[in-house]
Amino acid sequence: MNTHQTNFVRTSMLAQSAPPVLEKGYVAWFRKNLFATPKDTVLTIIAILLLAWFLPPMIKWLFIDASWTGGGRGVCATVAQGGSQPEGWSGACWAFVGAKFDQFLFGRYPIDERWRPALVGILFVALLVPMLIPKIPHKGLNAILLFAVLPILSFFLLLGGVLGLPYVETPLWGGLMVTLILSFVGIAVSLPFGIILALGRRSKMPVIRMICTIFIEIVRGIPLITVLFMASVMLPLFLPQGMTVDKFLRALIGVSFFASAYMAEVVRGGLQAIPKGQAEGADSLGLGYWQKMRLIILPQALKLVIPGIVNTFIGLFKDTSLVSIIGMFDLLGIVRQNFSDANWASPVTPLSGLVFAGFTFWLFCFGMSRYSGFMERKLDKGHKR
Amino acid sequence: MTIDATIPPGKDKPTGSILNDPKVRGWIYQGITLLLLVLFVYWVTTNTIENLKRANIASGYGFLNGRAGFDVGQSLIAFTSDSTYGRALVVGFLNTILVAVTGIITATIIGFLVGIGRLSKNWLIAKLSMVYVEVFRNIPPLLVIFFWYSGVLAVLPQPRDSLALPLDMYINNRGLAFPRPVFDAGSQFIFYALVIGIIASIFFARYASKKQMETGKRLPVLWTVLGLVIGLPVLTYLLAGMPISFDVPIAGKFNLTGGSVVGPEFLSLFLALSFYTAAFIAEIVRAGIRGVSHGQTEAAHALGVRPGLTTRLVVVPQAMRIIIPPLTSQYLNLTKNSSLAIAIGYADLVAVGGTILNQTGQAVEIVSIWIIVYLTLSLSTSLFMNWFNAKMALVER
Repeated sequence: MNTHQTNFVRTSMLAQSAPPVLEKGYVAWFRKNLFATPKDTVLTIIAILLLAWFLPPMIKWLFIDASWTGGGRGVCATVAQGGSQPEGWSGACWAFVGAKFDQFLFGRYPIDERWRPALVGILFVALLVPMLIPKIPHKGLNAILLFAVLPILSFFLLLGGVLGLPYVETPLWGGLMVTLILSFVGIAVSLPFGIILALGRRSKMPVIRMICTIFIEIVRGIPLITVLFMASVMLPLFLPQGMTVDKFLRALIGVSFFASAYMAEVVRGGLQAIPKGQAEGADSLGLGYWQKMRLIILPQALKLVIPGIVNTFIGLFKDTSLVSIIGMFDLLGIVRQNFSDANWASPVTPLSGLVFAGFTFWLFCFGMSRYSGFMERKLDKGHKR
Repeated sequence: MTIDATIPPGKDKPTGSILNDPKVRGWIYQGITLLLLVLFVYWVTTNTIENLKRANIASGYGFLNGRAGFDVGQSLIAFTSDSTYGRALVVGFLNTILVAVTGIITATIIGFLVGIGRLSKNWLIAKLSMVYVEVFRNIPPLLVIFFWYSGVLAVLPQPRDSLALPLDMYINNRGLAFPRPVFDAGSQFIFYALVIGIIASIFFARYASKKQMETGKRLPVLWTVLGLVIGLPVLTYLLAGMPISFDVPIAGKFNLTGGSVVGPEFLSLFLALSFYTAAFIAEIVRAGIRGVSHGQTEAAHALGVRPGLTTRLVVVPQAMRIIIPPLTSQYLNLTKNSSLAIAIGYADLVAVGGTILNQTGQAVEIVSIWIIVYLTLSLSTSLFMNWFNAKMALVER
C-alpha cells in the first residue's frame, strides 16, 4: 500500500484572525453607506451641513428655549413686546398649548359637560382597539357595537336633551372632537356608499351606470371647498321653507359625499383587478348578483385595495380641516381662533399652535398608514405574483 | 308525469314569471331609479325657485355685468373696484392658474429630487428624504399654508428692516420684492428668438432620434438644444442692444422702492402647495423607478451600456410610463388644492367667487361657474392622460 507523505498538511486549526477593519463594524458601515463613492461623500457632506444648519436651531426653538409654564402672554414675549423674555428670544410657547389644551380637545363645549365627549372618546378607544388587533375574537359583535351602537349612543350623549342631560348645540362643538366625529362618520358612510357607487359604475344597466359615473366624475373634479360651500350655501336653497339642516350636519354631508366618490374609484380599481373567472365561477354555482358580490368578488377586491382605502381615509382625515373655512371650529379652526386671544397673542403663539396641531394630525395619519401596512402584510395570503 | 329533459325551454314558452327575466328586471330597476331621480330634481328645483323668489334674487348670469365694488390684492390684469363681477372672476381664474403653474413646476423639481433621494444608496440622503415624505404626506395642506402664512411670513421684519436675499431680492412681512424686468423697444425679438429656438429644438430632437433609429449614431442633442433655447435668445439680446433692463428694489429708510412685490398670500400658498405636493410626487417617482425591473438594468450593463446612459435610455423611459399618469392627477390635485387660497385671502377663483356670492347671493350661478371651470380643467387633464396612456402603453405581442 502506498503511503503519502502528509507532513505538509496541518493537523491543528489556525486561530481565527480578526476580519479586516475596513470590512466590519462602524467603519465598514460608514464606508458602505455614506462614503462609497466621491459623489456619495459630497452628498453626505451636504446633508450633514444641511442638518447642522437646520436641526440645532429647531431643537433649540422647540425644546430648550421654549417656555413650558406660565399663565399669560408674558412668558412668551420679549421685554420689548411687553413680556418677560430677554431681547432676541424666540422659542415655542407650550404654555399656550397647555392652557388651551381642553379647548383644543373639546372646543367651546360647556366645561361641566365635558365628561360626555370624554366618555365617548374612551368608549371609542375601548371599541376600536380590540377591532384593530387581529387576535381578539368576536369581531362581528365588536363591529356592530362600534358602527351601530356607539354612533347612536354618542349622538344622544353629545347632543343631550334626553335623560336629564342638558342640550348642547352643535356650534359649541369644536376641537379634536369635531375632527374625529367628522372623519369617523365620513369613513363609516363613504365606505358603503363608495362600494355601491363603484358597483353602479360597473353595472350592466346603462341608466344606473351613467348616474354613478356622472356623480363620481363631478365630485372628483371639483375641490372639496366648493363641495362644502355647496353644502353650506346651496342645501338651504334646495329644501322647502322652514326645513333647516344643522350646519354641522351640512358639513358632514359634504365631507361624506366627497369621500364616497374617491372611495368609489378606489373600490372600482379593486373590482377591475379581480379576474373574470371568479365572477363566472360564482355564476355557474348559481349565486345571485348580491351573493356573488358579497361572498366572492368584494372580499377579494377590498383586500386588494386596502392601501388605497386607507389612503382615502387619511385624505379624508386631513380634509376635515377645511371645515374651518366655512366657519366651524375643528382642531385647526380652534387653534387659529386662539391666535387672536389677547391673553396669549405674541409672535411665537401662531407657530407653536400650528406645530401642535400639525403634530396631532401627523400622529393620526402616520398611525393609520402604519396600521394599513401591517394589515396588508397580515392579509397577504401569498397570491401575489 | 314525465319531463322531457331533451327539449330546452323555448323562448316562446317562458318557464316562470316575466319578472324573473334579468333583462326585464333591469329595465324595471332603471325605470324606478330614473323616476325617483326626476322627482327629486323636480322637488329641489321648485324649492330653489321658490326660495330665490322669496329672497328676491334674480336668477341668471346677468349679475356678471354688475360693478364689483371690491378690490383684489393681486391681479395679473388691470382691475379696479369699478370693474365688473365677470372680470373679477377672470382675475380669480388667472390667479388660480398662476399659483397652480408655479406650484407644479416647483413641486415637480422638489418631488423628483426627493424621490430619487429615497432610492439613493447613501443612507443619510435616503433617510432625510423619507423624513420629508412622511412629514408632509401626513399633515393637512391647509395647515402647511397657515404654517407659512401666520407662522413664518407674518413674523418676518417690517418693510424697513427687510431681509436682503441674493439677486437683489428682499423679503419682509409684506411679501417678496424682486427685480422687475423692463422691456424696451426691440425686446420682442428675444421672445421670437426663444420661440424659434424651442420649435427648432423639437424638430432637431425628432430628427436626431430618427437618425439614431436608422444609423445607431447619437447626435449631440443636449448641447444643440441648450444652444438653441438659451444661446439664440442671448445672442438676440446682445445683437438688439440689450433692450431688457431691471427695475431693482432699493431699501429706503422706511420702505422698499422699485421692483415688483408678490404678497405673503401668494408666497405661502405657493410654498405650501409645492412642499405638500412634492411629497406625493416623490412617492410616485420612487414607485416608478422601482417599477422598472432590475433585469432591464442588468441587461443594459451586460450589453456594455454605461451606467449614465443606462439610466437615460433604459430606466427613465420605462419609469416615465409608470410615473406620468399619477403625476398628472397630482398636478390636478395641486390645482384643486389651490382653492384653499380662500383661507388666507389670496384672490383665486374660489375666493373671488365667495366674495361675489356673499355680495349678490347668486349661490347657484357662482357654484355652477366653479364646477364648470374645475370640471373643464380636470376633464381636459384626464383626456390628455388617456391620450398619453394610449401612446405610451407597452405594445405587447
